[in-house]
Amino acid sequence: MSLALKKVGEVQKMLNEKDKVFQNLHGFQEPFIEGALKRGSWSNTNEILSKDQNDIIELVKSSQLRGRGGAGFSTGLKWSFMPKNTGKQHYLVVNADESEPGTCKDREIIRNDPHTLVEGCLIASYAIQATKCYIYIRGEYHHEYVQLEKAIEEAYERGFIGKNACGSGFDFDLYVHRGAGAYICGEETALLESLEGKKGQPRLKPPFPAGVGLYGMPTTINNVESIAVVPTILRRGSDWFKSIGAENNTGTKIFCISGNVNKPCTIEEEMGIPLKELVEKHCDGVEGGWDNLKAIVPGGSSTPMLPKNICESVLMNFDDLKANGSGLGTAGVIVVNKNNDIAEVIERFAHFYKHESCGQCTPCREGTGWMHRMMQRLVRGEISPEQIELLENVTKQVEGHTICALGDAAAWPIQGLIKNFKSELISKYNKKLKAS
Amino acid sequence: MSGNHPGLSNNFSRSGEKFSWSKDNLRSIKNIISKYPKGREQSAVMPLLYLAQEQNNNWISIECIETIAETLNMPKIRVTEVASFYSMYNTRPVGENLVQICRTSPCWLRGSNKITKTICKETNCEINDTSDDNKFTVVEVECLGACSNGPMIQINNDFFEDLDEESTKKIIDNIKEGKPNVIGSQKGRRSSENA
Ligand SMILES: Cc1cc2nc3c(=O)[nH]c(=O)nc-3n(C[C@H](O)[C@H](O)[C@H](O)COP(=O)(O)O)c2cc1C
Ligand code: SF4
Ligand code: FES
Repeated sequence: MSLALKKVGEVQKMLNEKDKVFQNLHGFQEPFIEGALKRGSWSNTNEILSKDQNDIIELVKSSQLRGRGGAGFSTGLKWSFMPKNTGKQHYLVVNADESEPGTCKDREIIRNDPHTLVEGCLIASYAIQATKCYIYIRGEYHHEYVQLEKAIEEAYERGFIGKNACGSGFDFDLYVHRGAGAYICGEETALLESLEGKKGQPRLKPPFPAGVGLYGMPTTINNVESIAVVPTILRRGSDWFKSIGAENNTGTKIFCISGNVNKPCTIEEEMGIPLKELVEKHCDGVEGGWDNLKAIVPGGSSTPMLPKNICESVLMNFDDLKANGSGLGTAGVIVVNKNNDIAEVIERFAHFYKHESCGQCTPCREGTGWMHRMMQRLVRGEISPEQIELLENVTKQVEGHTICALGDAAAWPIQGLIKNFKSELISKYNKKLKAS
Repeated sequence: MSGNHPGLSNNFSRSGEKFSWSKDNLRSIKNIISKYPKGREQSAVMPLLYLAQEQNNNWISIECIETIAETLNMPKIRVTEVASFYSMYNTRPVGENLVQICRTSPCWLRGSNKITKTICKETNCEINDTSDDNKFTVVEVECLGACSNGPMIQINNDFFEDLDEESTKKIIDNIKEGKPNVIGSQKGRRSSENA
């Protein structure tokens, strides 16, 4: 009998404690091997590795796991793009660059439950025939890097990874590479450039990394959370994963809530939890009460904000957020209340993108600087309704005209601002005009 | 571009002293290079820049770049490019404590401006400045990936989170007095749990 999945848009209940993948997300238990073994990591890895590689890929595909790094692409499908038996070195590269403003989830996995990631690296690498894996971690996460190195050392010592990993006959090496403060290195091809010892500037695609990736070899790049949930999916089965969330939006998800809430936090919940419930139940509500809510950025700085009326009912999954004009992105939820100037929130993002543009494409290099200057003037009430239109126009000229998605990411927040709060921006101008 | 770390310019300078690897670092370098395939030693340039920076009082001089280029058999210009692209390589000397204040929206919404003011006052330093006693360099940076614990700052390798003006002042005072600080949340949170 096939499982009846919930439809996207159907409201769900809160996640049961027993269904959490990350039992030590907040670090109240021992993060290292003793704790990890108690939590079930490494319990029957050998059995998992005795499955056929294609079967593992099929299981992950059927779980409907979608990438947790922002774009939400099917993880199993991505793995299936890897060529088979090429005789070449294949690589898995794990993206732990986590630099999207509002996002701080991979950090908790790495410092508090690192063995979920280490075991995930082994299994995913086995599935795509990669005997080597690099984890690229943002440079600022120094403490997290130390935790991760320790977990890897433990896994080597116990024979879980290395030669004949878990007694499976599969040889596997895992390395950590530290970034050094460049958001753009989260973009997967910039990350590969960086790993090769160059400036982190995105590559033109095609060729795609599955064909020509790290050192020119077949490579899969996945986010930390995407990889760290894999061992649990294979242990508990893809039907279990699918029983949480809704069709094509399955499983549990880590949300990071920041900004104007009473208790900001990072929490694992059911994919598709209503945004309002996330804020009210897990964060003790908006500072000053729900009616003091101005807008919410639902998925990290690159996703367009949602006005209050949409926040009332939208569900935190890929498809419902998309249907409402935004996206799940990295699930970094940034709450803005009425005590703050929403234009200034976006001005800060614009500054961020200007600072982080790698400078390769003209629309992005010049556009992010120009948009930021306009945003500064907008905050001061110095741009006229016509200039607001011009600003909107320029964002559309940047969007879709660049090598990587940073250009889009810089354009969308401004578009979201103008779409939702245009009249407010205009009255800012009128007020300033009157005053002078 | 990523390299223009606020205040730390892209122009490198000479320290005037030869830079040669310490014995310990020579051993580490062997180890680091072995992580990458043969012929791909260039991949080690970022870890070597970190090592050099650590050995060289927290900044990268032209002498460091020359030594790295020699060690990895890379053109100097390639090493320079990498060192200037990434904001965590300091291109000029910095104080004993590099204080980085997160200025991005999630931290700003919770009062990062006040934290900046407090830090500038307590360290007697403007943004992008180093204090006269060389104890502090203060810079503003973009999101450090601890947004649920904002406002937050990083001092050298450590994060200080859930700040307010009082706890910020305390941290700076402790550094001045040579007392240890509790890293992480200043409100007693274990990590980013709801509390
Ligand atoms: C500018 C930019 C920054 C990105 N930063 C990150 C990041 O920090 N972490 C991450 O996992 N993915 C990031 N991504 C997405 C990656 O390019 C890639 O899609 C992702 O790592 C794939 O993993 P997934 O399929 O498991 O989601 C970024 C993309 C862009 C365009
Ligand atoms: S869009 Fe911006 S960040 Fe991306 S490649 Fe072009 S210049 Fe670089
Ligand atoms: S905005 Fe300050 S850590 Fe993310």
